Parts: sequence; C-alpha cells; structure tokens
Amino acid sequence: MPPDPAAVHALDVLIVDDEAGMRAGAGRSLEGFTVDLPDFGETVAFTVRSASTGEEALAQLTAKSPDILLLDYKLPDMTGIDVLAAAPGAGDFLTIMITAFASLEVAVTATKRGAFDFLAKPFTPEELRATVSKAARSVYLQRKARRLEEEKRQVRFEFISVLAHELKSPLAAVEGYLHLMRERLKGPELGAYDPMVERSVTRIAGMRKLVMDLLDLTRLESGKKKRAIESVDLVKAAGLALENVAALAESRKVTVELKAPASLAIGADAGEMDMILSNLLTNAVKYNREGGRAVLELVPAEGGATVRCSDTGIGMTEEELAKLFGEFVRMKNEHTRNIDGSGLGLSILKKVVKLYGGEIKVSSKYGEGTTFELTLKDAPVPAGTAG
Amino acid sequence: MNEKNRIKILVVEDDPDMMEQMKIYLESEDYAVVAASTQKEAEPLIKPGAFSAAVLDLMMENPDSGFVLSHKIKKMDPKIPVVIVTSVTKETGYYFDKAHDPKSWIKADAIIHKELRFEQLKAELRRLMGAGERHAS
Repeated sequence: MPPDPAAVHALDVLIVDDEAGMRAGAGRSLEGFTVDLPDFGETVAFTVRSASTGEEALAQLTAKSPDILLLDYKLPDMTGIDVLAAAPGAGDFLTIMITAFASLEVAVTATKRGAFDFLAKPFTPEELRATVSKAARSVYLQRKARRLEEEKRQVRFEFISVLAHELKSPLAAVEGYLHLMRERLKGPELGAYDPMVERSVTRIAGMRKLVMDLLDLTRLESGKKKRAIESVDLVKAAGLALENVAALAESRKVTVELKAPASLAIGADAGEMDMILSNLLTNAVKYNREGGRAVLELVPAEGGATVRCSDTGIGMTEEELAKLFGEFVRMKNEHTRNIDGSGLGLSILKKVVKLYGGEIKVSSKYGEGTTFELTLKDAPVPAGTAG
Repeated sequence: MNEKNRIKILVVEDDPDMMEQMKIYLESEDYAVVAASTQKEAEPLIKPGAFSAAVLDLMMENPDSGFVLSHKIKKMDPKIPVVIVTSVTKETGYYFDKAHDPKSWIKADAIIHKELRFEQLKAELRRLMGAGERHAS
C-alpha cells in the first residue's frame, strides 16, 4: 500500500505485442513498479493492459487513450507505424516503440509519427523500467505544465472579469444619477440635485484611483517600471506620507503618530517606499473608527528596516483576514460600506514588498484593530549613486 | 395611496448610490422599499408577508449573495418574484462556481444587468407581480 494514496498518480500503460511471453513479462515488470517525483512530492504507479494485434491495439486506443503506449513494430496484421498513423487522438500518449533490430529507418519514421523512445528486443526488465520511467516523468511534467497554464489563464480571466465589474459599478452609479437629473425626478430646484452631483464626483474619483492603481500594478508586474535605487531616508518618506494622509485623517478624526529614530536609511526606490508607506497609512486611517489612532513605526533591522502600522479600527474577522490579499478584495460589512477603495492597494503593497525581499505579517482583531508588519531588505544601490 | 397600502419591495444592494437611485425610482412608482445593504442584513428580513417582491444585487459580501438570498426567498414562498440585478459580465461567461450552472438552481425570475434602465426594472416588476398581486396586504 502506498503511504499517501492522494499523492500517487496512476498512469495507464498499453502494451502491444504479438508474443504472449513479452506481454506477460512486460506486465510483470511494471506491476508494483513506481517512479518517485520528489520535486512534486508525488509518486507515479502503473496500470497495465495489453493487445496482441494492430487491430486490437486500435480498438483499445479508441476505447480509452492510454498515457503510455509500448508498441511492437512488427505486428501480425500491420506495423507499429501503421498503428500510430491510424490511432485516434495521437499525441495524447507517449509511444515507446519496440523493435527486434535497431533499424535507423524504423527509428526515423517512428519519430516522425511521434514516438518518444525506443526499446530494442530483447530487453531486460530493468531496461523496460528505465525507459518507462523516463516516459512517465515526461507525461507527468507535460500535464503539470498544461495544468499550470490553464490555472494561469483562469486567474487572468477572473482578474479581468472582476476588473470590468469594478469599473462598471461607478459608471452605472454616475449614469443612474444623470438619468435621474435628466428626468428631473427631484423637481425643478437645482439644489435638490447637489447630493447626486457630489456622489458622482466621488465615484469618478474612485474610478480614477482604480485606474491609477491598475497602472501601478501592471508596471510592477511587467518589471518594466523604471526603478531609481538610492539611499532613501524612510523617516523623511514617512513624514511626506503622513502629510498626504493628514486631510483624510482629520476628516475622520483619526490621530496619526510616527514612532521612528531620527533617520533610517535604506537602499530603495523613493516612489516605491512612498507606495508602501502611503498605502499602510491610508488603510490605517480609512479602516479606523472615528476618534481612533494610527501608529506608524519604523525600526532599523539587519540589512534593512521593519515597518509596522497599527490602527484602532474596525479590525477583521479570521474569515476576512484569510481573503485579505486577493485582488479587488474589499471587506464588505456594515462598517466598510462607505469606505472607498480600489481593492488593489494590498496587491500593490505585496508586490512592492516582494521587490525588497520582504514579507508582510498581518494580525487583526475584529472590533479592535489591525497591525501590518513588514520587513524590507536593502536593495543594492548601484555603484556611483551610493554616495 | 397611503404608506400601508404600498407594495413592499425588498431591495438588497451594497452600492449606496445604486440603492439611493433604486429608492427614488421605486418610490416614485409608489412602491415601498425595504432596504438591506448586505446579505447578512437581508437574511433576517426574509419573513412571510414582509415584502411582495425582491430586487437583489448579485455580488455583495459574497460573490453569490444574490443567488443565496433568491434561493432562501423562493424556499419561503416560490410565488414571490425575484429579480437579480448584476453588473457581472455575462458576456465573458464568468461564473462564480463552475460546478453549478447558476440558472439551474437560482430560480430567480429574471436576471438583469446593472446598467439597466429603471424602466426595464419597473416593467419587469409589473410583469412578474401581475395585476392581481396589486391587492396584496
């Protein structure tokens, strides 16, 4: 019994040979034989079926495509090449051609038909296992690659669908208000429409923020963003970020505090540091309660810095915390209803922090507050700009 | 028509602006709006006699909130018309749960896009409620 059945991948092998002894022998060699794929933590095992003629082989191939085909070249009713030519869904399985004599011509034709490997008769069980094991690895890797590609496509597809949704919502809201105004649903008095105009302006601003964030994210992902690595004083950068968030903080009656040494130099791109600090501070203010506090702490660390940002805000439940870093994820509950955001802020934060070999730790308690802690490592300052 | 005689419509919508507009339009049509802005807020409102029709946003705190609410409403009273409003791009074929074809289990009476004209919603409601339902409550 394999130790973990979930990690065992069974490959279906079809043996086509007119000699009963060969079929039985090959079957025995693969019975209970396993190939370990330590890189993936998986084991491949084999199930074996067989056919004794070309016609029988084609019938079996039609009924169910195997993963690996062991195919004798010389069959009573046709050659192995004929079988490959007539096989349905060629390419879905790997073919190992069995030949009684090493013929270059057969090898060339079989390769053209897509044979993966050759086995010269007579062969030992070890030779068979070695060849099958090579084929198994190849099948496994191909499938894994296809699955990854599929997953990547799915992720991109979902990203675009959700993005479309996020862009359509503010458009629909603004369009709706315009229709209401056109129909004068609130009467002839112009002032009655002021709240609608205000809301429209707010929604459009949110949409602009989303587009800007999306551009940031795209530049980060493409790796084409121009980075100017220099010695940046994080404390100074934090001061600027603090100034930028001051108006928002005041409107929400949140006090913002900076705990830092006199200066803290780090090799970094100034724009990226601002993205990190502004992002943290904006969230700490936005998702805070009225009269709350946000504290940004900068601590020198070995070869870099630790940035900690905590708030006395609405906090998150464990369930919300688990979803936090998804793209376009915005916590939707009764406290966050009127908080605007693109839902991309933390995706951006995560990508920027990764550029500095850092990681993000989040702890949160619903109703009490959230703390983000991230570690940043010095980016190597290019020679000549170091000072 | 006084407040009591108005037909009550449950509107569940997490976008405050869409909710505001929905209210303005439906109230101008003499409907009374029972409002909820999350699935969680809406669930306790699903009670017999609490409303005669429902207009639900699809994506709220969960991507399938509208479907879940619709299912609950229909379980309580299959005769209550439910309109699901979504801005999810049907044209991209994006489904939230590939294991289910939504239409096979949602049982909403109509699914309309968010950039709907409110005339369309009003017409849809009128069609679904039928003339007879107007005497409700």
